[in-house]
Amino acid sequence: MRRLAVAILFLLATAPAHAQPPAGISRPANASALSPIELGAALYAGNCSTCHGIAGRGTSDRGPSLRDAGAQAADFYLRTGYMPLTHPDQQPKRGHVDFSERELRVLIAYIASLGNGPPVPAPHPERGNLREGLRLFTSHCAGCHQIVGQGGVVTGARVPPLDQATATQIAEAVRIGPYLMPKFSERDISPAQLDSLVRYVQLTQHPPDRGGWGIGNIGPFPEGMITWLLAALALIATCMVIGRRLGS
Amino acid sequence: MKRFVLTLLAIINGLRRRRERIGAREEEARREEGPIVPPGPHAPRAELAVALLLFAAALCGAGFIVVYAVGGDWNRTQLQGITLGGAFAFLAIALITVGKHLVSEEEVEDSYHDPEHPSEQERIDKIVEESASGITRKKLLITAGGAAGAAVGLAAITPALTLGPLLDTDELRETPWRRGLRLIGEDGKPLFAGQVEEETFYTAFPEHADRDLIGSPVVVVRLAPEQLRLPPERAKWAPLGIVAFSKVCTHAGCAIALYRKPTFKPTQPRPALVCPCHYSTFDPARGGEVIFGPAGRPLPQLPLVVGGDGILRAGGNFSGQVGPAYGTVRSRRPT
Repeated sequence: MRRLAVAILFLLATAPAHAQPPAGISRPANASALSPIELGAALYAGNCSTCHGIAGRGTSDRGPSLRDAGAQAADFYLRTGYMPLTHPDQQPKRGHVDFSERELRVLIAYIASLGNGPPVPAPHPERGNLREGLRLFTSHCAGCHQIVGQGGVVTGARVPPLDQATATQIAEAVRIGPYLMPKFSERDISPAQLDSLVRYVQLTQHPPDRGGWGIGNIGPFPEGMITWLLAALALIATCMVIGRRLGS
Repeated sequence: MKRFVLTLLAIINGLRRRRERIGAREEEARREEGPIVPPGPHAPRAELAVALLLFAAALCGAGFIVVYAVGGDWNRTQLQGITLGGAFAFLAIALITVGKHLVSEEEVEDSYHDPEHPSEQERIDKIVEESASGITRKKLLITAGGAAGAAVGLAAITPALTLGPLLDTDELRETPWRRGLRLIGEDGKPLFAGQVEEETFYTAFPEHADRDLIGSPVVVVRLAPEQLRLPPERAKWAPLGIVAFSKVCTHAGCAIALYRKPTFKPTQPRPALVCPCHYSTFDPARGGEVIFGPAGRPLPQLPLVVGGDGILRAGGNFSGQVGPAYGTVRSRRPT
Protein backbone atom coordinates (compact mmCIF):
# COMPACT_ATOMS: atom_id res chain seq x y z
CA MET A 1 0.00 0.00 0.00
CA ARG A 2 2.70 2.39 0.97
CA ARG A 3 4.70 1.39 -2.07
CA LEU A 4 1.73 2.25 -4.30
CA ALA A 5 1.33 5.65 -2.65
CA VAL A 6 5.00 6.38 -3.25
CA ALA A 7 4.66 5.37 -6.87
CA ILE A 8 1.64 7.67 -7.35
CA LEU A 9 3.47 10.52 -5.69
CA PHE A 10 6.48 9.91 -7.91
CA LEU A 11 4.30 9.93 -11.01
CA LEU A 12 2.58 13.16 -9.94
CA ALA A 13 5.89 14.82 -9.29
CA THR A 14 7.38 13.88 -12.66
CA ALA A 15 4.20 14.28 -14.76
CA PRO A 16 4.77 17.93 -15.79
CA ALA A 17 8.28 17.14 -16.90
CA HIS A 18 7.00 14.26 -19.05
CA ALA A 19 4.15 16.30 -20.50
CA GLN A 20 6.35 19.17 -21.52
CA PRO A 21 8.89 17.99 -24.09
CA PRO A 22 7.14 16.02 -26.86
CA ALA A 23 9.34 13.50 -28.57
CA GLY A 24 11.86 14.75 -31.11
CA ILE A 25 12.19 18.38 -30.03
CA SER A 26 15.21 19.57 -28.11
CA ARG A 27 14.68 22.67 -25.97
CA PRO A 28 17.10 24.81 -23.98
CA ALA A 29 16.66 24.27 -20.25
CA ASN A 30 16.41 27.98 -19.47
CA ALA A 31 14.02 28.93 -22.31
CA SER A 32 12.20 31.64 -20.38
CA ALA A 33 15.44 33.42 -19.48
CA LEU A 34 16.58 33.75 -23.10
CA SER A 35 15.92 36.66 -25.43
CA PRO A 36 13.89 35.78 -28.56
CA ILE A 37 16.92 35.69 -30.82
CA GLU A 38 18.87 33.58 -28.31
CA LEU A 39 15.97 31.15 -27.99
CA GLY A 40 15.74 30.96 -31.79
CA ALA A 41 19.45 30.22 -32.07
CA ALA A 42 19.22 27.60 -29.33
CA LEU A 43 16.24 25.89 -30.95
CA TYR A 44 18.06 25.99 -34.29
CA ALA A 45 21.19 24.46 -32.79
CA GLY A 46 19.21 21.73 -31.09
CA ASN A 47 16.81 20.76 -33.87
CA CYS A 48 18.11 21.92 -37.27
CA SER A 49 21.90 22.24 -37.26
CA THR A 50 22.61 18.50 -37.61
CA CYS A 51 21.53 18.68 -41.23
CA HIS A 52 21.48 22.39 -42.08
CA GLY A 53 24.84 23.13 -40.48
CA ILE A 54 26.06 25.81 -38.13
CA ALA A 55 24.30 29.15 -38.78
CA GLY A 56 22.44 27.72 -41.76
CA ARG A 57 25.53 26.97 -43.86
CA GLY A 58 24.17 23.58 -44.87
CA THR A 59 25.96 20.24 -45.00
CA SER A 60 27.16 18.44 -48.09
CA ASP A 61 25.05 15.30 -47.74
CA ARG A 62 22.19 15.93 -45.30
CA GLY A 63 20.56 19.29 -45.84
CA PRO A 64 20.72 22.47 -47.93
CA SER A 65 21.93 25.87 -46.76
CA LEU A 66 19.24 28.06 -45.20
CA ARG A 67 21.17 31.29 -45.80
CA ASP A 68 18.62 32.64 -48.28
CA ALA A 69 15.66 30.47 -47.36
CA GLY A 70 14.09 33.40 -45.52
CA ALA A 71 11.03 33.49 -43.33
CA GLN A 72 8.93 32.26 -46.28
CA ALA A 73 10.48 28.79 -46.45
CA ALA A 74 11.02 28.50 -42.68
CA ASP A 75 7.39 29.39 -42.01
CA PHE A 76 6.20 26.83 -44.57
CA TYR A 77 8.40 23.91 -43.50
CA LEU A 78 7.90 24.44 -39.76
CA ARG A 79 4.17 25.24 -39.66
CA THR A 80 3.25 22.30 -41.92
CA GLY A 81 5.26 19.96 -39.70
CA TYR A 82 7.51 19.10 -42.71
CA MET A 83 10.55 19.85 -40.53
CA PRO A 84 12.30 18.62 -38.48
CA LEU A 85 12.77 15.36 -40.39
CA THR A 86 13.81 12.26 -38.49
CA HIS A 87 15.92 11.11 -41.45
CA PRO A 88 17.38 13.38 -44.15
CA ASP A 89 16.43 10.99 -46.99
CA GLN A 90 12.73 11.00 -46.10
CA GLN A 91 10.14 12.88 -48.04
CA PRO A 92 8.81 15.59 -45.69
CA LYS A 93 5.17 14.99 -44.77
CA ARG A 94 2.51 17.16 -43.20
CA GLY A 95 2.40 16.28 -39.55
CA HIS A 96 1.96 17.46 -36.01
CA VAL A 97 3.86 20.65 -35.15
CA ASP A 98 5.75 20.05 -31.94
CA PHE A 99 7.00 23.62 -31.49
CA SER A 100 4.86 26.07 -29.57
CA GLU A 101 3.68 29.27 -31.28
CA ARG A 102 6.36 31.35 -29.52
CA GLU A 103 9.07 28.86 -30.45
CA LEU A 104 7.92 28.90 -34.08
CA ARG A 105 8.05 32.68 -34.19
CA VAL A 106 11.56 32.97 -32.75
CA LEU A 107 12.91 30.08 -34.84
CA ILE A 108 11.49 31.55 -38.06
CA ALA A 109 12.90 34.97 -37.12
CA TYR A 110 16.30 33.41 -36.46
CA ILE A 111 16.37 31.58 -39.82
CA ALA A 112 15.23 34.76 -41.58
CA SER A 113 18.12 36.62 -39.94
CA LEU A 114 20.66 34.23 -41.53
CA GLY A 115 20.44 35.82 -44.98
CA ASN A 116 18.33 37.84 -47.37
CA GLY A 117 15.46 35.44 -47.97
CA PRO A 118 11.92 36.47 -48.86
CA PRO A 119 9.42 37.28 -46.09
CA VAL A 120 6.23 35.36 -45.35
CA PRO A 121 3.79 36.21 -48.16
CA ALA A 122 0.34 37.61 -47.45
CA PRO A 123 -2.09 36.34 -50.08
CA HIS A 124 -5.53 37.90 -50.47
CA PRO A 125 -7.72 35.13 -51.87
CA GLU A 126 -10.81 37.33 -51.50
CA ARG A 127 -9.38 39.53 -54.29
CA GLY A 128 -8.84 36.55 -56.55
CA ASN A 129 -10.87 35.44 -59.53
CA LEU A 130 -12.15 31.89 -59.31
CA ARG A 131 -12.24 31.28 -63.06
CA GLU A 132 -8.66 32.52 -63.43
CA GLY A 133 -7.70 30.37 -60.45
CA LEU A 134 -9.14 27.27 -62.07
CA ARG A 135 -7.29 28.03 -65.31
CA LEU A 136 -3.98 28.55 -63.49
CA PHE A 137 -4.45 25.49 -61.31
CA THR A 138 -5.25 23.38 -64.38
CA SER A 139 -2.13 24.44 -66.25
CA HIS A 140 0.38 24.63 -63.38
CA CYS A 141 -0.76 22.37 -60.53
CA ALA A 142 -3.36 19.81 -61.56
CA GLY A 143 -0.83 17.58 -63.34
CA CYS A 144 0.42 16.45 -59.93
CA HIS A 145 -2.11 17.64 -57.34
CA GLN A 146 -5.20 16.60 -59.39
CA ILE A 147 -7.87 19.08 -60.35
CA VAL A 148 -9.58 19.07 -56.94
CA GLY A 149 -6.30 19.14 -55.00
CA GLN A 150 -6.52 15.56 -53.77
CA GLY A 151 -2.83 14.88 -54.43
CA GLY A 152 -1.35 11.83 -56.12
CA VAL A 153 2.10 10.62 -57.08
CA VAL A 154 5.02 11.68 -59.20
CA THR A 155 7.74 9.11 -59.88
CA GLY A 156 9.86 8.96 -56.75
CA ALA A 157 7.52 10.86 -54.43
CA ARG A 158 4.03 11.26 -53.10
CA VAL A 159 2.18 14.44 -54.04
CA PRO A 160 0.41 15.82 -50.95
CA PRO A 161 -3.30 16.63 -50.95
CA LEU A 162 -4.07 20.31 -50.43
CA ASP A 163 -7.04 19.87 -48.10
CA GLN A 164 -5.22 21.22 -45.03
CA ALA A 165 -3.10 23.88 -46.73
CA THR A 166 -3.74 27.40 -45.45
CA ALA A 167 -3.78 30.39 -47.82
CA THR A 168 -0.31 31.44 -46.64
CA GLN A 169 1.08 27.92 -47.05
CA ILE A 170 -0.28 27.65 -50.61
CA ALA A 171 1.34 30.98 -51.49
CA GLU A 172 4.62 29.89 -49.86
CA ALA A 173 4.67 26.53 -51.63
CA VAL A 174 4.12 28.13 -55.04
CA ARG A 175 7.14 30.40 -54.50
CA ILE A 176 9.57 27.98 -52.86
CA GLY A 177 8.64 24.67 -54.52
CA PRO A 178 8.97 22.34 -51.52
CA TYR A 179 10.79 19.01 -52.02
CA LEU A 180 10.32 17.95 -55.69
CA MET A 181 7.76 20.61 -56.63
CA PRO A 182 8.91 23.21 -59.15
CA LYS A 183 8.81 26.80 -57.94
CA PHE A 184 7.03 29.63 -59.69
CA SER A 185 8.44 33.15 -59.70
CA GLU A 186 6.33 36.30 -59.78
CA ARG A 187 6.82 36.41 -63.56
CA ASP A 188 5.33 32.93 -63.95
CA ILE A 189 2.48 33.54 -61.51
CA SER A 190 1.92 37.19 -60.54
CA PRO A 191 0.79 38.07 -56.99
CA ALA A 192 -2.72 38.78 -58.35
CA GLN A 193 -2.76 35.41 -60.11
CA LEU A 194 -1.57 33.78 -56.90
CA ASP A 195 -4.60 35.26 -55.11
CA SER A 196 -6.85 33.61 -57.70
CA LEU A 197 -4.98 30.33 -57.37
CA VAL A 198 -5.34 30.34 -53.57
CA ARG A 199 -9.03 31.14 -53.92
CA TYR A 200 -9.51 28.16 -56.20
CA VAL A 201 -7.64 25.82 -53.83
CA GLN A 202 -9.84 27.06 -50.99
CA LEU A 203 -12.87 26.24 -53.11
CA THR A 204 -11.62 22.66 -53.49
CA GLN A 205 -11.27 22.47 -49.69
CA HIS A 206 -14.88 23.51 -49.20
CA PRO A 207 -16.67 22.78 -52.45
CA PRO A 208 -20.06 24.48 -52.69
CA ASP A 209 -22.96 22.13 -52.06
CA ARG A 210 -26.00 22.81 -54.18
CA GLY A 211 -28.20 21.02 -51.71
CA GLY A 212 -28.74 17.34 -51.20
CA TRP A 213 -26.22 14.84 -50.02
CA GLY A 214 -22.64 15.78 -50.99
CA ILE A 215 -21.21 12.24 -50.56
CA GLY A 216 -17.87 13.76 -49.63
CA ASN A 217 -17.45 15.33 -53.11
CA ILE A 218 -15.85 12.15 -54.34
CA GLY A 219 -16.44 13.04 -57.98
CA PRO A 220 -19.20 12.74 -60.54
CA PHE A 221 -18.64 9.10 -61.50
CA PRO A 222 -18.71 7.53 -58.02
CA GLU A 223 -21.54 9.89 -57.11
CA GLY A 224 -23.47 8.71 -60.14
CA MET A 225 -22.81 5.08 -59.27
CA ILE A 226 -24.11 5.60 -55.74
CA THR A 227 -27.18 7.35 -57.13
CA TRP A 228 -27.85 4.47 -59.49
CA LEU A 229 -27.33 1.82 -56.82
CA LEU A 230 -29.67 3.62 -54.42
CA ALA A 231 -32.20 4.33 -57.18
CA ALA A 232 -32.05 0.69 -58.25
CA LEU A 233 -32.72 -0.46 -54.67
CA ALA A 234 -35.66 1.95 -54.39
CA LEU A 235 -37.05 0.70 -57.71
CA ILE A 236 -36.74 -2.94 -56.65
CA ALA A 237 -38.45 -2.18 -53.35
CA THR A 238 -41.29 -0.39 -55.17
CA CYS A 239 -41.70 -3.32 -57.56
CA MET A 240 -41.83 -5.77 -54.65
CA VAL A 241 -44.50 -3.68 -52.90
CA ILE A 242 -46.59 -3.48 -56.07
CA GLY A 243 -46.16 -7.20 -56.68
CA ARG A 244 -47.27 -8.08 -53.18
CA ARG A 245 -50.36 -5.84 -53.42
CA LEU A 246 -51.37 -7.39 -56.72
CA GLY A 247 -50.69 -10.89 -55.46
CA SER A 248 -52.82 -10.56 -52.32
CA MET B 1 9.96 -5.13 -107.85
CA LYS B 2 9.39 -6.06 -111.52
CA ARG B 3 10.61 -9.60 -110.99
CA PHE B 4 8.33 -9.93 -107.98
CA VAL B 5 5.23 -8.88 -109.97
CA LEU B 6 6.09 -11.27 -112.83
CA THR B 7 6.47 -14.21 -110.42
CA LEU B 8 3.13 -13.37 -108.84
CA LEU B 9 1.40 -13.29 -112.26
CA ALA B 10 2.94 -16.63 -113.23
CA ILE B 11 1.71 -18.28 -110.03
CA ILE B 12 -1.83 -16.93 -110.50
CA ASN B 13 -1.89 -18.15 -114.12
CA GLY B 14 -0.71 -21.59 -113.11
CA LEU B 15 -3.35 -21.93 -110.44
CA ARG B 16 -6.11 -20.95 -112.86
CA ARG B 17 -5.09 -23.53 -115.47
CA ARG B 18 -4.86 -26.29 -112.91
CA ARG B 19 -8.32 -25.50 -111.63
CA GLU B 20 -9.74 -25.58 -115.17
CA ARG B 21 -8.33 -29.05 -115.80
CA ILE B 22 -9.71 -30.52 -112.56
CA GLY B 23 -13.04 -28.75 -113.14
CA ALA B 24 -13.50 -30.31 -116.60
CA ARG B 25 -12.99 -33.84 -115.33
CA GLU B 26 -15.47 -33.48 -112.47
CA GLU B 27 -18.05 -31.83 -114.64
CA GLU B 28 -18.19 -34.90 -116.91
CA ALA B 29 -18.69 -37.27 -113.99
CA ARG B 30 -21.57 -35.28 -112.60
CA ARG B 31 -23.43 -34.81 -115.81
CA GLU B 32 -24.06 -38.52 -115.93
CA GLU B 33 -26.54 -38.39 -113.04
CA GLY B 34 -29.72 -36.29 -112.75
CA PRO B 35 -29.92 -33.22 -110.51
CA ILE B 36 -30.40 -33.65 -106.74
CA VAL B 37 -31.40 -30.10 -105.91
CA PRO B 38 -34.51 -28.81 -107.67
CA PRO B 39 -33.72 -26.01 -110.10
CA GLY B 40 -33.37 -22.75 -108.20
CA PRO B 41 -35.36 -19.57 -108.59
CA HIS B 42 -34.37 -17.36 -111.45
CA ALA B 43 -33.99 -13.82 -110.18
CA PRO B 44 -32.10 -11.80 -112.74
CA ARG B 45 -32.81 -8.53 -110.93
CA ALA B 46 -31.36 -9.85 -107.66
CA GLU B 47 -28.33 -11.02 -109.61
CA LEU B 48 -27.85 -7.59 -111.07
CA ALA B 49 -28.26 -6.01 -107.64
CA VAL B 50 -25.65 -8.34 -106.17
CA ALA B 51 -23.24 -7.52 -108.97
CA LEU B 52 -23.78 -3.81 -108.45
CA LEU B 53 -23.32 -4.14 -104.69
CA LEU B 54 -20.09 -6.05 -105.17
CA PHE B 55 -18.82 -3.42 -107.58
CA ALA B 56 -19.77 -0.74 -105.05
CA ALA B 57 -17.75 -2.61 -102.40
CA ALA B 58 -14.83 -2.76 -104.82
CA LEU B 59 -15.16 0.97 -105.48
CA CYS B 60 -15.15 1.73 -101.76
CA GLY B 61 -12.10 -0.47 -101.23
CA ALA B 62 -10.28 1.28 -104.06
CA GLY B 63 -11.44 4.60 -102.60
CA PHE B 64 -9.78 3.73 -99.30
CA ILE B 65 -6.50 3.05 -101.06
CA VAL B 66 -6.73 6.37 -102.90
CA VAL B 67 -7.58 8.31 -99.71
CA TYR B 68 -4.72 6.63 -97.90
CA ALA B 69 -2.26 7.34 -100.68
CA VAL B 70 -3.31 10.95 -101.38
CA GLY B 71 -3.39 12.02 -97.74
CA GLY B 72 -4.04 15.64 -97.00
CA ASP B 73 -5.52 17.17 -93.92
CA TRP B 74 -9.18 17.31 -94.75
CA ASN B 75 -10.97 14.75 -92.58
CA ARG B 76 -8.53 12.09 -93.57
CA THR B 77 -9.36 9.50 -90.92
CA GLN B 78 -13.08 10.08 -91.38
CA LEU B 79 -12.81 9.47 -95.14
CA GLN B 80 -10.75 6.35 -94.52
CA GLY B 81 -13.37 5.11 -92.11
CA ILE B 82 -16.25 5.86 -94.48
CA THR B 83 -14.64 4.11 -97.45
CA LEU B 84 -13.48 1.00 -95.61
CA GLY B 85 -16.72 0.76 -93.64
CA GLY B 86 -18.71 1.22 -96.85
CA ALA B 87 -16.78 -1.59 -98.54
CA PHE B 88 -17.64 -4.00 -95.75
CA ALA B 89 -21.26 -2.83 -95.64
CA PHE B 90 -21.78 -3.35 -99.40
CA LEU B 91 -20.06 -6.73 -99.17
CA ALA B 92 -22.37 -7.74 -96.35
CA ILE B 93 -25.54 -6.63 -98.17
CA ALA B 94 -24.39 -8.45 -101.32
CA LEU B 95 -23.82 -11.71 -99.43
CA ILE B 96 -27.20 -11.42 -97.66
CA THR B 97 -28.90 -10.89 -101.03
CA VAL B 98 -27.14 -13.93 -102.50
CA GLY B 99 -28.25 -16.05 -99.58
CA LYS B 100 -31.86 -14.90 -99.69
CA HIS B 101 -32.61 -14.67 -103.38
CA LEU B 102 -30.09 -16.63 -105.42
CA VAL B 103 -29.23 -19.83 -103.60
CA SER B 104 -32.08 -22.35 -103.47
CA GLU B 105 -32.60 -23.79 -100.07
CA GLU B 106 -33.28 -27.43 -99.38
CA GLU B 107 -33.62 -29.05 -96.00
CA VAL B 108 -32.62 -32.70 -96.02
CA GLU B 109 -33.20 -34.95 -93.07
CA ASP B 110 -30.60 -37.65 -93.01
CA SER B 111 -28.89 -39.81 -90.48
CA TYR B 112 -25.20 -39.22 -89.86
CA HIS B 113 -22.84 -41.35 -91.81
CA ASP B 114 -19.29 -41.38 -92.85
CA PRO B 115 -18.72 -38.35 -95.07
CA GLU B 116 -15.35 -39.74 -96.10
CA HIS B 117 -17.01 -42.13 -98.52
CA PRO B 118 -16.05 -40.95 -102.02
CA SER B 119 -19.52 -41.23 -103.54
CA GLU B 120 -21.06 -39.35 -100.58
CA GLN B 121 -18.45 -36.69 -100.96
CA GLU B 122 -19.33 -36.35 -104.61
CA ARG B 123 -23.01 -36.10 -103.72
CA ILE B 124 -22.33 -33.22 -101.33
CA ASP B 125 -20.19 -31.54 -103.96
CA LYS B 126 -23.03 -31.91 -106.39
CA ILE B 127 -25.56 -30.39 -103.98
CA VAL B 128 -23.29 -27.45 -103.44
CA GLU B 129 -22.77 -27.05 -107.15
CA GLU B 130 -26.48 -27.26 -108.00
CA SER B 131 -27.45 -24.84 -105.23
CA ALA B 132 -26.14 -22.19 -107.51
CA SER B 133 -28.42 -23.27 -110.33
CA GLY B 134 -30.47 -20.12 -109.86
CA ILE B 135 -27.52 -18.09 -110.95
CA THR B 136 -27.50 -17.33 -114.64
CA ARG B 137 -24.95 -14.59 -114.98
CA LYS B 138 -22.15 -16.49 -113.37
CA LYS B 139 -19.35 -14.62 -115.06
CA LEU B 140 -20.64 -11.21 -114.06
CA LEU B 141 -21.04 -12.25 -110.45
CA ILE B 142 -17.63 -13.87 -110.32
CA THR B 143 -16.06 -10.75 -111.79
CA ALA B 144 -17.91 -8.53 -109.32
CA GLY B 145 -17.04 -10.77 -106.39
CA GLY B 146 -13.44 -10.95 -107.49
CA ALA B 147 -13.25 -7.20 -107.81
CA ALA B 148 -14.84 -6.69 -104.40
CA GLY B 149 -12.58 -9.26 -102.74
CA ALA B 150 -9.47 -7.88 -104.37
CA ALA B 151 -10.28 -4.25 -103.57
CA VAL B 152 -11.22 -4.92 -99.94
CA GLY B 153 -8.23 -7.19 -99.49
CA LEU B 154 -5.87 -4.63 -100.96
CA ALA B 155 -7.47 -1.90 -98.86
CA ALA B 156 -6.86 -3.98 -95.76
CA ILE B 157 -3.14 -4.35 -96.47
CA THR B 158 -2.64 -0.80 -97.80
CA PRO B 159 -1.74 0.65 -94.36
CA ALA B 160 1.19 -1.75 -94.28
CA LEU B 161 2.73 0.39 -97.02
CA THR B 162 3.47 2.95 -94.33
CA LEU B 163 6.18 0.56 -93.22
CA GLY B 164 7.84 0.65 -96.58
CA PRO B 165 9.34 3.21 -98.90
CA LEU B 166 6.48 3.28 -101.45
CA LEU B 167 4.24 5.95 -99.91
CA ASP B 168 5.43 9.35 -98.80
CA THR B 169 4.89 9.42 -95.04
CA ASP B 170 7.29 12.24 -94.36
CA GLU B 171 4.49 14.48 -93.18
CA LEU B 172 4.34 12.39 -90.01
CA ARG B 173 7.85 13.54 -89.28
CA GLU B 174 7.33 17.21 -90.07
CA THR B 175 7.55 19.74 -87.29
CA PRO B 176 7.25 23.52 -87.53
CA TRP B 177 10.65 24.04 -85.89
CA ARG B 178 13.37 25.54 -88.09
CA ARG B 179 16.77 26.92 -87.29
CA GLY B 180 16.46 30.47 -85.99
CA LEU B 181 12.76 30.35 -85.01
CA ARG B 182 12.08 32.13 -81.72
CA LEU B 183 10.54 30.35 -78.73
CA ILE B 184 7.23 31.94 -77.77
CA GLY B 185 5.87 31.40 -74.25
CA GLU B 186 2.29 30.52 -73.35
CA ASP B 187 1.56 34.23 -72.86
CA GLY B 188 2.50 34.94 -76.49
CA LYS B 189 5.73 36.74 -75.59
CA PRO B 190 9.19 35.61 -76.69
CA LEU B 191 11.14 33.62 -74.11
CA PHE B 192 14.34 35.42 -73.07
CA ALA B 193 17.21 33.20 -71.98
CA GLY B 194 17.84 35.46 -68.99
CA GLN B 195 14.28 34.98 -67.74
CA VAL B 196 14.47 31.21 -67.65
CA GLU B 197 15.09 30.17 -64.06
CA GLU B 198 16.21 26.92 -62.55
CA GLU B 199 13.85 24.68 -60.56
CA THR B 200 10.84 25.57 -62.68
CA PHE B 201 9.57 24.77 -66.17
CA TYR B 202 8.15 26.63 -69.14
CA THR B 203 6.06 25.73 -72.16
CA ALA B 204 6.98 27.32 -75.49
CA PHE B 205 5.89 27.22 -79.13
CA PRO B 206 7.61 28.18 -82.40
CA GLU B 207 6.79 31.69 -83.58
CA HIS B 208 4.19 32.03 -86.38
CA ALA B 209 3.24 28.37 -86.12
CA ASP B 210 0.05 26.48 -85.35
CA ARG B 211 0.18 25.60 -81.65
CA ASP B 212 -2.01 22.54 -82.19
CA LEU B 213 0.55 20.70 -84.33
CA ILE B 214 2.01 17.70 -82.54
CA GLY B 215 5.52 18.99 -83.17
CA SER B 216 4.87 22.50 -81.83
CA PRO B 217 4.95 22.53 -78.01
CA VAL B 218 8.22 22.20 -76.14
CA VAL B 219 8.94 22.14 -72.44
CA VAL B 220 11.91 24.26 -71.37
CA VAL B 221 13.90 23.77 -68.18
CA ARG B 222 17.16 25.18 -66.93
CA LEU B 223 19.74 23.06 -65.17
CA ALA B 224 23.11 23.95 -63.75
CA PRO B 225 25.51 23.47 -66.72
CA GLU B 226 27.68 21.09 -64.65
CA GLN B 227 24.63 18.87 -64.10
CA LEU B 228 24.21 18.23 -67.84
CA ARG B 229 25.22 14.83 -69.21
CA LEU B 230 24.15 15.37 -72.83
CA PRO B 231 25.46 13.11 -75.63
CA PRO B 232 28.67 14.65 -77.04
CA GLU B 233 27.05 15.67 -80.35
CA ARG B 234 24.52 17.76 -78.42
CA ALA B 235 27.12 19.62 -76.39
CA LYS B 236 26.09 22.98 -77.87
CA TRP B 237 22.34 22.41 -77.63
CA ALA B 238 21.97 23.81 -74.12
CA PRO B 239 23.12 27.43 -73.82
CA LEU B 240 23.37 28.49 -70.13
CA GLY B 241 22.13 24.99 -69.21
CA ILE B 242 18.73 25.63 -70.81
CA VAL B 243 17.30 22.53 -72.51
CA ALA B 244 14.08 22.10 -74.51
CA PHE B 245 12.17 18.90 -75.24
CA SER B 246 9.03 18.01 -77.13
CA LYS B 247 6.11 18.31 -74.70
CA VAL B 248 4.42 15.25 -76.25
CA CYS B 249 5.17 11.98 -74.44
CA THR B 250 6.69 9.34 -76.71
CA HIS B 251 4.48 6.66 -75.17
CA ALA B 252 0.86 7.70 -75.65
CA GLY B 253 1.12 11.33 -76.65
CA CYS B 254 0.01 13.01 -73.42
CA ALA B 255 1.45 16.38 -72.45
CA ILE B 256 4.56 16.31 -70.25
CA ALA B 257 2.91 18.37 -67.52
CA LEU B 258 5.04 17.37 -64.52
CA TYR B 259 8.50 18.58 -63.65
CA ARG B 260 10.07 17.28 -60.49
CA LYS B 261 13.16 19.03 -59.16
CA PRO B 262 15.05 18.32 -55.97
CA THR B 263 15.24 21.00 -53.32
CA PHE B 264 18.43 19.34 -52.07
CA LYS B 265 20.25 17.24 -54.65
CA PRO B 266 22.25 14.83 -52.43
CA THR B 267 19.21 13.31 -50.70
CA GLN B 268 16.42 13.73 -53.23
CA PRO B 269 15.58 12.29 -56.68
CA ARG B 270 17.21 14.05 -59.64
CA PRO B 271 15.29 16.43 -61.92
CA ALA B 272 12.88 14.69 -64.26
CA LEU B 273 10.12 15.44 -66.74
CA VAL B 274 7.13 13.23 -66.02
CA CYS B 275 4.05 12.40 -68.06
CA PRO B 276 0.96 12.30 -65.83
CA CYS B 277 -0.83 9.63 -67.89
CA HIS B 278 1.38 6.60 -67.27
CA TYR B 279 4.30 8.14 -65.37
CA SER B 280 6.90 7.86 -68.10
CA THR B 281 9.85 9.72 -66.62
CA PHE B 282 12.56 11.41 -68.69
CA ASP B 283 15.92 12.79 -67.61
CA PRO B 284 16.43 16.31 -68.98
CA ALA B 285 20.11 16.27 -68.00
CA ARG B 286 20.77 13.21 -70.18
CA GLY B 287 19.02 14.35 -73.33
CA GLY B 288 15.54 13.14 -72.42
CA GLU B 289 16.51 9.53 -71.75
CA VAL B 290 13.73 7.34 -70.28
CA ILE B 291 14.42 6.57 -66.61
CA PHE B 292 11.05 5.06 -65.70
CA GLY B 293 7.74 4.08 -67.23
CA PRO B 294 6.37 2.64 -70.45
CA ALA B 295 7.84 5.11 -72.95
CA GLY B 296 10.09 3.35 -75.45
CA ARG B 297 12.02 6.30 -76.84
CA PRO B 298 13.73 9.31 -75.28
CA LEU B 299 11.95 12.63 -75.38
CA PRO B 300 13.07 14.40 -78.58
CA GLN B 301 15.38 17.29 -77.74
CA LEU B 302 15.24 20.63 -79.52
CA PRO B 303 18.64 22.30 -79.98
CA LEU B 304 18.66 25.85 -78.59
CA VAL B 305 20.71 28.94 -79.31
CA VAL B 306 20.54 32.39 -77.77
CA GLY B 307 20.09 35.14 -80.33
CA GLY B 308 21.85 38.48 -80.19
CA ASP B 309 18.67 39.93 -78.65
CA GLY B 310 18.81 37.42 -75.77
CA ILE B 311 15.76 35.50 -77.05
CA LEU B 312 15.90 31.71 -77.15
CA ARG B 313 15.82 30.33 -80.69
CA ALA B 314 15.74 26.88 -82.17
CA GLY B 315 19.13 25.69 -83.38
CA GLY B 316 17.52 23.19 -85.75
CA ASN B 317 14.94 20.45 -85.53
CA PHE B 318 14.31 17.79 -82.89
CA SER B 319 16.79 15.00 -82.16
CA GLY B 320 14.18 12.35 -82.91
CA GLN B 321 10.64 11.77 -84.02
CA VAL B 322 8.00 13.69 -82.08
CA GLY B 323 4.85 11.98 -80.90
CA PRO B 324 3.57 8.74 -79.48
CA ALA B 325 4.39 5.11 -80.19
CA TYR B 326 2.93 4.80 -83.70
CA GLY B 327 5.92 6.73 -84.90
CA THR B 328 8.37 4.21 -83.53
CA VAL B 329 7.89 1.79 -86.41
CA ARG B 330 10.28 3.71 -88.61
CA SER B 331 11.88 6.35 -86.53
CA ARG B 332 13.80 9.01 -88.40
CA ARG B 333 15.03 12.52 -87.71
CA PRO B 334 12.16 14.96 -88.34
CA THR B 335 12.20 17.46 -91.17
